[in-house]
Amino acid sequence: MTIYRSFTAVQADLQRGTLTCRQLVDQYLDRIHEFGHLNAFTEVYAEEARQRADALDRKAAAGEPTGKLFGMVIGLKDVLCYQDHAVRAGSAILDGFTAQFTGTAVQRLLAEDVIVIGRQNCDEFAMGSSNESSAFGPVRNAADPERVPGGSSGGSAVAVQAGLCLASIGSDTGGSVRQPAAFCGVVGLKPTYGRISRWGLIAYASSFDCIGPIANTPHDAALLLEVMAGADAYDSTVSAKPVSAYASATLPDRPLRIAYLKDGVDSEGVDESIRKATRQKLDALRAAGHIVEPVELKNLPHLLPTYYILTTAEASSNLSRFDGVRYGHRAQGVTDLIALYKQSRTEGFGAEVRRRILLGTFALSASYYDAYYTKAQQVRRLIREETEELFTKYDFLVSPTTPSPAFRLGEKTADPLQMYLADIFTVQANVVGYPAIAVPNGTDEAGLPIGIQVLGAPFEEGKLVAFAKELTNSPA
Amino acid sequence: MKVDKETLHKIAHLARLEVRPEEEAGMLSSLNEVLTWMEQLNEVDTTGVEPLMHISEELNVVREDAVGEHLSRERALANAPQHDEQFFQVPKVLE
Repeated sequence: MTIYRSFTAVQADLQRGTLTCRQLVDQYLDRIHEFGHLNAFTEVYAEEARQRADALDRKAAAGEPTGKLFGMVIGLKDVLCYQDHAVRAGSAILDGFTAQFTGTAVQRLLAEDVIVIGRQNCDEFAMGSSNESSAFGPVRNAADPERVPGGSSGGSAVAVQAGLCLASIGSDTGGSVRQPAAFCGVVGLKPTYGRISRWGLIAYASSFDCIGPIANTPHDAALLLEVMAGADAYDSTVSAKPVSAYASATLPDRPLRIAYLKDGVDSEGVDESIRKATRQKLDALRAAGHIVEPVELKNLPHLLPTYYILTTAEASSNLSRFDGVRYGHRAQGVTDLIALYKQSRTEGFGAEVRRRILLGTFALSASYYDAYYTKAQQVRRLIREETEELFTKYDFLVSPTTPSPAFRLGEKTADPLQMYLADIFTVQANVVGYPAIAVPNGTDEAGLPIGIQVLGAPFEEGKLVAFAKELTNSPA
Repeated sequence: MKVDKETLHKIAHLARLEVRPEEEAGMLSSLNEVLTWMEQLNEVDTTGVEPLMHISEELNVVREDAVGEHLSRERALANAPQHDEQFFQVPKVLE
C-alpha cells in the first residue's frame, strides 16, 4: 500500500473509494509497530483510532457531510491535552496524569474529522533540541538511527518522516517544530504569536510558546493551521484577527523582495553542505526574477542569550505549578510541606529542566532581576524593532533552518551551551513573534536532510505558505 | 563568579528544588557557563529602551461575566496523588 505524502492524495483515494479510513489507520498502526525502535510514540491509541476510522467510514458511506480534514491521521506531541488521555510532557513529574479536558486546537481538529493515532515523544517540557531529555528515552532519526531527530518535537517530526501518520501537532518555543522538521526532512510551521489558542497546551515560556503543525507539505501544514487558528474565549493572548484560507493563498503578482541572512551562507559556523544548498536555492529565486539581497542582523549574536534568559525565567514561573500536591509525582514519606515540594520536584524533573528552572529563578531573583531579566526584555524590543525595519523593505527573510544537519545521539548532551546554539536561526521568530516555516532543501552527501527557513510578516501565514510551496515546488 | 555553592542552594530553595550532592559541581559549572554567555547582552546599549513585555497585540481581553462550564470537583481531584472527597491533602502545616 502507498505511503501517503500529502492529504490531497489521501482525499483523492478516499473519494475514489479505493481507500477507507480504516485501511489508512491499519497501515499506520503496522508502520508504528515496524518502526517502534525510533521511539516516536509514547502511547498509541490503536483500538480507539480503529473505531473512529470505522465510524468515519460509516458516516461517509451514509452520505453525511464530512469535515475538512476527514481521513487525516495525526499524532499529538506529548504536551497537548486530550480529554481522558494521558499527557506527560516527556516528564516523570506528570506520572499518571490524565487530561481532564481537550485543548482548543485539538478540539477543532477533532471537529473536522481527524483521527488521532497517538501521543508523541518530546524533550521534557519541550526544553531541548535533540529529544534526548525525555523521560521516555530518546527518539531516533529515521534517516540515520544513530542521530537525533532534533527537538523538542522530535517524535512528531520522525512520525511524519517515517510515514507513521500523515501529520503531527507540535509546539514551538524557540524552534521546536522547525528544527526537528529540518533534521527529518519534513515541513514545520510556527504561526504568528497568538494565532492559535494555547488552551490545553502545557506551558513552557508563555511569551514565546506557539502550537504548530509538522507535515509533508506546506499545503497540509496550512490546512491544519486554518482549522486550529482563531479567537478563543479560553486564551486571552490569542488574536481575534480573522483566519484566512492559508492553504489557497497566493503570492503578490510582482517580484518578491527576499532578504537572506548573510551569516547563513557565509559563516564558517554553518555546515558547508547547508551553505551550498541555501545558496543554490537563493540562485534559483534570483533566476525566477525575484529580488534577493543579503542582510546582516546587528542583533544576531544577542538572539540566543535573550531567548534563554526570558524563557528560563518564564519556565521557572510556569513550572512552579508542579508541586506534588494537585497532580503528578509526589515524594513518599515526607512529613513537611516545603520538603514535599522540594523532593517531589527534584525527583520528578530531569536535569535539564532543573537547570533551566534554576537559571530562570536566578534571573528573576531580586539582586539580578534588572541585570538579566529587564535587560533581556529591552534587547528583545531592539531585536523586534530591527526585524520590523527589515520587513518594511522585504517580504521574507530566508536562512538555513539549522547550522548543521542532525547530530549524533550523545554528541551535545554534556554541554548545554552547544545544544542551545542549535537554535540560532529559529529563535528570532519566537523572540519577535513572527511566523516562520521550515521546508526541506535536499540532503548532504551522507543523505541527511537539510532545511531552509522563511520568516514572514505577522499574520501573513498565507503568503508564507504560498512562498514555501514555490520553494519546494509542491502546489498541494 | 556569580553563582557559588551558597548562592546555588539559595536559588534552589527559592525554586523549591534540591541540589543532589553528586550533581552540585556539574550544576555550578554549567550555570556559571550559561550565565557568563548570557552576559553578552551587556554589550548592547539599552539606555532608555522600554522593556518589551507583551508580544500579543490583544489587550485586556475579557469575556462576559457569565456562569460557564467548570471542571467538576471529581475531575479536578482525580489526578491528585493524595486527596479525600473534597480536598487535596498535604502534610500537616499547623500543630
